[in-house]
Amino acid sequence: MWKRAMIGAFVLFLVGAAAYASFFIAPEEKTMHVLQRIFYFHAAAAWAGMTAFFICFVANLLYVWRREERWDSLGISSAEVGLAFITVVLITGPIWAKPAWGIYWTWDARLTSTFVLWLLYISYLLLRTLIEEPDRRALLSALFGIFAFIDVPIVFGAIRWWRTQHPAPVIMGGPGSGLDPTMNKVFFFSVLAMHALMVFLIAERYRLEKLRTDFEVVRREAEAI
Amino acid sequence: MSLLPNAAVLLGKELRTEFRSRELLTTTVVFILIVIVLFSFTFDPTSDESRRFAPGLLWLAFLFASSLMLQPCFLREQHNDTLSALRLSVSDPFAIFLAKLAANTLFLLLTELLLLPLFAVMYNVPVVPVLHWLVLVFFLASLGISIAGTALSAISAQARMRELLLPLLMLPLLTPILVASTEVTKSLFERTPFVQWKGIGFLAVFDLVFLTALWLFGEYLLEE
Repeated sequence: MWKRAMIGAFVLFLVGAAAYASFFIAPEEKTMHVLQRIFYFHAAAAWAGMTAFFICFVANLLYVWRREERWDSLGISSAEVGLAFITVVLITGPIWAKPAWGIYWTWDARLTSTFVLWLLYISYLLLRTLIEEPDRRALLSALFGIFAFIDVPIVFGAIRWWRTQHPAPVIMGGPGSGLDPTMNKVFFFSVLAMHALMVFLIAERYRLEKLRTDFEVVRREAEAI
Repeated sequence: MSLLPNAAVLLGKELRTEFRSRELLTTTVVFILIVIVLFSFTFDPTSDESRRFAPGLLWLAFLFASSLMLQPCFLREQHNDTLSALRLSVSDPFAIFLAKLAANTLFLLLTELLLLPLFAVMYNVPVVPVLHWLVLVFFLASLGISIAGTALSAISAQARMRELLLPLLMLPLLTPILVASTEVTKSLFERTPFVQWKGIGFLAVFDLVFLTALWLFGEYLLEE
């Protein structure tokens, strides 16, 4: 209990420090001024969300091969947490876009593909609610999760090829891109903080899922008596 | 290698079941027809407007129709309790998928080709000069829809609210097909039509990726 609280406090501290750094340490951007500072959260949350979906994919694969309940629990936990992060991305994006582009939403490549990604994982969670039997639910949702994750790069590719407006990748985006060194440090610190938060949330959610399945087993046994 | 002969026998069975009643084909054709007529009210279908909107509408209609058409794919086996028999009859469960997706591709292609002349007349787009390219796009896209759709209908058949669930699983997954085939069709409907090889290659890659995924994971979809 204490250990968990300590870890939680540490993660909270990291996120707070990242917020402080992105507001007060990172230099002001030339054209977008203070507005640009949302980027440290927006992009960092996007990276953390994608990592969570990757964890979900690995958990799905492991479930299909090993058939151990814990991989199913990890799958659902990371999908939910990933979805929360991508929701943050989808909310902070328009907050930035309104002053920068003059509109909240545009059907641009990365916005659209992120939205499709979000929908895919909503479907994944929905599917889980519609299958009663635990083993079948675990297997079928793991398989859908695998198909969905395979689809992600294809969706990104399709939409990127045929329509685009989002600012070109700034980090690892090839020649001509790149951040000011301080900005870079703040950004990667935010990424670290967001990942710490993501891992912490997945661990907590996993614990909850474990309690739930244990409870379910006990309940069934009680009913059988 | 008994995969292909097995699949061929099962494909024969799928086709026989369908052509005995032609239920799927007739309902899908009528559904697409309704969608095409309803869409005509949402914009003014002059020649220029049609060039811009018709490809997207055509593919949306096909996509929605396929999400209905693929419903009975595994449901039928479940209702008749024939899935276990099917599984026992083949050495590789991939043969079942192969047969089903081939049948679905064929049905989709058939409805698409049946409706194309009607669509061309109603929306005033010239299809004859680019017909062979259209058939290629129709084939690649229908194949992609069928591969992913067959796999997903095996999933949704085992869930509650399956009629609603299949479109929810299928449509977001098939976004790439919608985007690519709409773009290719659009360039074919231009005043000076041209072939977007990029799009055709993209559709082929999609088909290949999902066929591989189905080959790797298909057997788990049919577990009891």
